Amino acid sequence: MPEKTYLQAISDGLRQEMRRDPRVFVLGEDVGVYGGAFKVTLGFQEEFGPWRVIDMPLSETAIVAGATGAALMGMRPVAEMQFADFVSCAWDHLVTVAAKQRYRAGTPIPIVLRLPSGGGFSGGPFHSQNPESSFAHIPGLKVVCPSTPEDAKGLLVSAIEDPNPVLFFEHKHLYRRIKGDVPDDRYTTPFGEARIHRAGEDVTVITWGAMVYTADAAAAKLEGDDVSVEIVDLRTLIPWDRETVLDSVRKCSKVLVLHEDTRTGGFGAEIAATIAEEVFEHLDAPVKRVAAPDCPVPFSPPLEKAFIPQVDDVAAALRELAAY
Amino acid sequence: MATRTQTEVVMPQMGVSVSEGTVIKWLKQVGDHVALDEPLLEISTDKVDTEVPSPGEGIVSQILVEEGATVDVGTILALITPEGAIGATPESEPVAPVTEASPPTTPESVPAPRAAPEPQPPRVGPQPEAGDNGKTFVSPVVARIAAEHGVDPGRVPGTGAGGRVTKKDILAFIASDESMKATEPARPEAHVEEPAAPVVPEPQPAAPAPAPTPEPVAAVAPPPEAPKAPVSPQPVAADRLTDVPLIAGESVEPMTAMRRGVMEHMRRSLDTSAHVTSAIEVDMSKVVAARERVKAEYQTTYGVNPTYLSFIALATVETLRDYPWVNAEIRGESIVTRQFVNLGIAVALADGKGLIVPVIKHAEDLNLLGMARQIADIAERARTKKLLPDDVQGGTFTITNPGGFGTFHGTPIISQPQVGILGTYALVKRPWVVQDELGNDVIAIRPIMNITLTYDHRLVDGAYSGQFLRDLRERLESWED
Repeated sequence: MPEKTYLQAISDGLRQEMRRDPRVFVLGEDVGVYGGAFKVTLGFQEEFGPWRVIDMPLSETAIVAGATGAALMGMRPVAEMQFADFVSCAWDHLVTVAAKQRYRAGTPIPIVLRLPSGGGFSGGPFHSQNPESSFAHIPGLKVVCPSTPEDAKGLLVSAIEDPNPVLFFEHKHLYRRIKGDVPDDRYTTPFGEARIHRAGEDVTVITWGAMVYTADAAAAKLEGDDVSVEIVDLRTLIPWDRETVLDSVRKCSKVLVLHEDTRTGGFGAEIAATIAEEVFEHLDAPVKRVAAPDCPVPFSPPLEKAFIPQVDDVAAALRELAAY
Repeated sequence: MATRTQTEVVMPQMGVSVSEGTVIKWLKQVGDHVALDEPLLEISTDKVDTEVPSPGEGIVSQILVEEGATVDVGTILALITPEGAIGATPESEPVAPVTEASPPTTPESVPAPRAAPEPQPPRVGPQPEAGDNGKTFVSPVVARIAAEHGVDPGRVPGTGAGGRVTKKDILAFIASDESMKATEPARPEAHVEEPAAPVVPEPQPAAPAPAPTPEPVAAVAPPPEAPKAPVSPQPVAADRLTDVPLIAGESVEPMTAMRRGVMEHMRRSLDTSAHVTSAIEVDMSKVVAARERVKAEYQTTYGVNPTYLSFIALATVETLRDYPWVNAEIRGESIVTRQFVNLGIAVALADGKGLIVPVIKHAEDLNLLGMARQIADIAERARTKKLLPDDVQGGTFTITNPGGFGTFHGTPIISQPQVGILGTYALVKRPWVVQDELGNDVIAIRPIMNITLTYDHRLVDGAYSGQFLRDLRERLESWED
């Protein structure tokens, strides 16, 4: 299997679907001539032409509303927000129209929003957020957060196939840093199935996106303490794989929920509450959360480092749980 | 129930037809303080475990029934004495009742203060670790494991924060031989090991603990000083066997009340009924088709899965109407038949270790949806231990469904005092000889299920059971709607 970056895997998956299915097209800011801010769609306009790779005006509202209308007419649009942060401009069309159309009128809205998200490169408050929990709260939307190149391609194909609006959060920090084997053939990665990133016995970490790697590095540090850490990569938040999470908690009985999004109202709270409801009698320690503090993402590199959970933060939390 | 000085704790009635219960575990010991409604002990019938809340507040002055003993409903299990009546704590309630409670007035209060200190010395052995440990936080998982294994977490050496007992600690404790000895202080083996320090408390009037039997050889003669017949006949034999030392590679675990119940019942049923099993092969094509028709609707509209079992249960209940002696009971010299069917459904527990037969009352009132819903409900509650005592009582006929693992035949054991049990087995596609529209024999692929009726030949004859199975097959093979 060829090794690809996370970014290449997304790009390849998208190109493959466009070659396969004429209904699939791309729209967004600078996705055409320029190839996208992160070059995911580089060369797409040359191959597919300007009507399938559409440079849109600087209006997220127009992008999401246009995609919604095209989906209603039978197309399979894949819209790019230049940064996930900007999706809030399109809130009304996404939340009020696209998410509810199926319930109101019975007509599906098969759109995919590609959302480059996450921090770690001093992007500041408008270019670093992880707004997945806001949308996980909206019935009618699906939320996907791949962490590996293989999953990024397979989940993107599933997102395009899915009849619902899907928010596809691509972590910018992973784009060129993470490489992995990606099959050349078309394949899908199902929604709602978590992946055991690392098997362990003593403490479970539930996480997704870039934090999978932070957790992994922390788990490696704890090997020296003879503490075995299991890492569950959720892969999709809506739907999320409760059974795998609960099984892991039943096994380890101590659990850390880790996310890069801010703490209050983050999706980790939903996971922690579910664990308390469903497997209370399997817990050997309080469910612990490690997340960003409740403030905007700072520009300053040292402050950003203090903001985003670091390997040492996670290792300290794991040690605390192990010693409990 | 209660005098002014003492409150009696009695074995409660756990369901209308339950006449006795077993003390599983005392959550308080003699000398412990207990608040009103605080859990005092755990008891069990053969199917349901529960906690008994304290009927009064005070000090546990006497425990009259040991762990493991089975006694009749209403038997006094323990006495609780108000704190003022025992200790010399003057500030507690200096009002009239306390003075009345002092020794001169009520004779019952006299033994109470004596009883309290007496059992203390023997407990010194296991207790040292208990001291501080018992007061630290017990996590949910540790509490659950402790309850399941009847282990006092206070006796487990803790390695967690502040000496807390972790899940690993208690699992290791249970795995070690130590736990077996520490949790069963009343077993005779404890005497063999430590003859100098008897762990059994002073024999109380109702205490069933058999006298120490130091010689494991004497199997026939009753122990010389056995004062009364033990309330439960089982412990003697069981304890003999525990004298056999473990060899390397063997491990031992205590038997749960459910296991004991199943054990006793299976043996008694075989000793009671004349078991005969007949089998019939049923072409389930129409049931399969009917299930496909209703499945989506049942699942989306009602959240219920119409299992094959619910179809078979419905057909069985209808067929039982025509065969009252299969839905009957031999009661003494009489035969009791019914106009109703209380249908037992055998449910295996999730770990495969344990069996329970919850009962669907008046199953004849149910349609397919109701049957499917009831089966799902009792199965779920059985697996999550949420059954109420009456849920497992009063069955008149039982269905067991061991085919989920692919077995195609079996000979189940009748649930007493019933006289029949239906077994359903794997649904398998088989080449099957059927007739085409011209009346010629052709081979078709059909989903076939083997169904057995195990009946008590004391009451049910072969022809009668054969007719029952024939009619049941006919109902399933001609399923409409």
